[in-house]
Amino acid sequence: MNSSLFFDISAGAYVAAMITYVIYLVARNKTVGIAATTITIFGFACQSVALLIRWVNSYHFWISSSPNSGLVESLLRAAPLRNLYESLIFFVWSLILIHLLIEFKYKVRSLGAFVTPLAALALLFIDISGTSKEIQPLIPALQSNWLLFHVLLSFLGYAAFGVSFGAAAAYIIMVTDSKKEKAYIFWSIIIGIFIIVLVGMGIDFMSLSAAERKELIQNHFLKATFRNESGGVVAASWAFSIAFIFTLWQFGFGLKKILSSLSVTPQMLEDIEYKSIAIGFPLFTLGGLLMGAIWANSAWGKYWSWDPKETWSLITWFVYALYLHARYIGGWRGKRVAILAVIGFVAVIFTYLGVNLVLSGLHAYGSG
Amino acid sequence: MKEEKQKEDVFESVWKFFASVKLAVAVFIILSFSSIVGTIVEQQAEPEKNIALLAKFFGDSLAPTVYNIFAKLGFMDMYHSWWFISFLITFSINLIVCSLDRFPKTWKLVKMPLKPLAVNVIKTLPVKKEIKLKTTLAVAKDEFFNSLRTSKYQVLEANENNEVQLYCQKWRYARLGVYVVHLSIILIFLGAIIGARFGFGGFLNLPEGQISDVAYTANGSEIPLGFSIKCNWYDTKYYEGIDMPQEFHSELVIIENGKEVLKKVIEVNDPLTYKGITFYQSSYGMIPNASGYFILGLKPNGHQQSTVSLRFGDTFEIPGTGITGTVIDFSPALARDQRTGALISYSDNMVNPAVAIQFNMPGQDSFKGWIFKRYPQTGILPGGHEIKFEDYWGVEYTGMQVSKDPGIGLIYIACIIMAIGLYITFFISHKKIWIHIAHDTPGGKGPVSVSVGGSTNRNRFAFEKEIDHILSTASHAIEGRSKK
Ligand code: HEM
Repeated sequence: MNSSLFFDISAGAYVAAMITYVIYLVARNKTVGIAATTITIFGFACQSVALLIRWVNSYHFWISSSPNSGLVESLLRAAPLRNLYESLIFFVWSLILIHLLIEFKYKVRSLGAFVTPLAALALLFIDISGTSKEIQPLIPALQSNWLLFHVLLSFLGYAAFGVSFGAAAAYIIMVTDSKKEKAYIFWSIIIGIFIIVLVGMGIDFMSLSAAERKELIQNHFLKATFRNESGGVVAASWAFSIAFIFTLWQFGFGLKKILSSLSVTPQMLEDIEYKSIAIGFPLFTLGGLLMGAIWANSAWGKYWSWDPKETWSLITWFVYALYLHARYIGGWRGKRVAILAVIGFVAVIFTYLGVNLVLSGLHAYGSG
Repeated sequence: MKEEKQKEDVFESVWKFFASVKLAVAVFIILSFSSIVGTIVEQQAEPEKNIALLAKFFGDSLAPTVYNIFAKLGFMDMYHSWWFISFLITFSINLIVCSLDRFPKTWKLVKMPLKPLAVNVIKTLPVKKEIKLKTTLAVAKDEFFNSLRTSKYQVLEANENNEVQLYCQKWRYARLGVYVVHLSIILIFLGAIIGARFGFGGFLNLPEGQISDVAYTANGSEIPLGFSIKCNWYDTKYYEGIDMPQEFHSELVIIENGKEVLKKVIEVNDPLTYKGITFYQSSYGMIPNASGYFILGLKPNGHQQSTVSLRFGDTFEIPGTGITGTVIDFSPALARDQRTGALISYSDNMVNPAVAIQFNMPGQDSFKGWIFKRYPQTGILPGGHEIKFEDYWGVEYTGMQVSKDPGIGLIYIACIIMAIGLYITFFISHKKIWIHIAHDTPGGKGPVSVSVGGSTNRNRFAFEKEIDHILSTASHAIEGRSKK
């Protein structure tokens, strides 16, 4: 059986859920809210099935080439966390899982309007980055249990950070009193860049042939817009982006009214933002940093070599450590820590994707 | 006398400087920003690469000058530069001093005996609940006591006439979790220092069949191992049907005083360690101009297999069959060119090794056949006899990362400690509960009022649920009793 049908259904469901959550924000109709949740759960179920099917398929793939390995080892080697595509899918899965847990625990639906777009963006990213969806053989360095747990826990951590990002973004809008506030300007710029980069990649994708799409990330990133050979296109891209960010800044403010009319309180958002970091931080420390180091040591005899990927994980870790200390010792609350939560997730994205897009490192992992 | 006081002042201000959280924030930010530069500028690379990179930002004419300034500042090998290391040291001193500075206060908080509180104070605690129950003081006290005990609180009580207070706490040591985390960071630094001071990192390219008693540093100088290591064989295993390596492995033997003491097949992620020195499979390659031995397995139809080892041009016989063969050609990576149809070697590495053999069969014309190592079915002859191309031995070397890191044990221990510390810090909280029970009317008649108050250092939501649970357990039990 092929998993792609279920993946496609779940992707469609998440996009539908995103739209429904946004309608819910605007219409404030309870039935719409319930529909949004139901669609999300349906998408989540389909994605879980798809992950299981993919796992079974990779298991057969693995034992066909290594008939001598034991059941547990084969299952571990086949776990669907083996390349960029699978890890992004798993990220989306964890993000939705955490979102659903929060929705049931806090009874807040409207956070969905901030978290499902993240899921949809990740899915969109998978498509336009042209990463291979095939089940691929594992190169020797990746055949390690430490690596598996490293990826598993890191991505759970990233998903928790993603939720805190959604909550922090919503929080900043809610407590903004005027468009001139620094926090709000920061918000408009970050969210604007987010959307612009994705749109830019979408344009790359459409301008490429099928064969070139496979290496969009390595060779063609933003070549159709900001890095175009023609100066005119570059100038137009910048002009458009600045106009877009300006528009976002002008109208994003309207979200505040919508959110406050939905009985979402800033306290609730701040609580979710902090709680997700309180869960994400230990997961990321243990999985992202410690297990990554242990894996590096078992594969290369060096637990830390300051390669860009490792260094960026460390920077991410510093940002979240700063968040926790600023809150706990400095007594920082509100906008200041929310900005740190947003910066933290930007560092996460850079760690995972930017290092492969912009810098090249020793890690083959993530580029395929 | 005066001098002494001054000294103390100096000490105090240095201590204060290093205990400050502001310093920590500054160091976090400096380390992050300089690390970002370190990931953009390629570290320990040839100057040309980074000059080309800098030219993108500063233009061709300025780039060399900027490069020289950057190089002077140590940005080209930043993580080993004196100033980066100084910041790391500042970071650890900051962490140690700050923790030491704070610890006594936290310890006091942990050790502080719990005291009963006045009712009006209980009513202002972060978590508070009030209920009224139709029962007697003694029964209420009993049941709340039990309910708290089941939730693993150690309960103390204070009695006055007509009112009782139960007060208790649990997991107060959870407050020390942060110190465990901080300690683990210091231990990681210690482990890294021990490793840098007493360990080494090197490599060794060892041809099949050869022995070495040294490894080499990156700049080529020898590191004596204190024993000898031999490579029996190196082999790349490929996934079936595609040229993608599935495993690189080598069989290594440790030889000490002329005796074999240890033999192991290493592969990526599974190294060999002997006397603190670890050998990691990291690369492989062909030895230039080497000629080796063809190892062939010969299996007459229905009989046992035997193995022969042959030089180029040697002849063998498949036992009992009268078939003879001569090794006449070899290709490390044989394929048929798709356009011309000619046989070619598409790689210098042994990606798809094949040996050509000239066969002579009794009563037949002699013929030539290619036998592939990765495709054993190519070695099946008419009559069901089989020739297996096991290896072309003695032409490859195994490339190993060789390292000794006496700090690694401490690093692993620190990792475990950090995991424990993080768990305590984020998932266990110090909880305190006070329950005040009193009759509404002074005479000891009528319903009793129960005021519950609690405080916790984290996870208030879960704590509220726990208090609700304690309350409902107790009140159910009280109802149950009154029915009897
Ligand atoms: C990246 C390294 C560090 C990590 C991972 C770390 C970790 C932590 C964690 C998890 C907490 C608990 C925060 C909370 O409960 O929300 C904490 C608290 C604290 N950290 Fe750090 N820390 C680091 C570096 C530092 C440094 C350099 C200082 C030096 C000033 C410091 C000072 C403190 C203090 C004073 C507390 C509060 C302790 C208390 O009194 O309860 N930390 N740290």
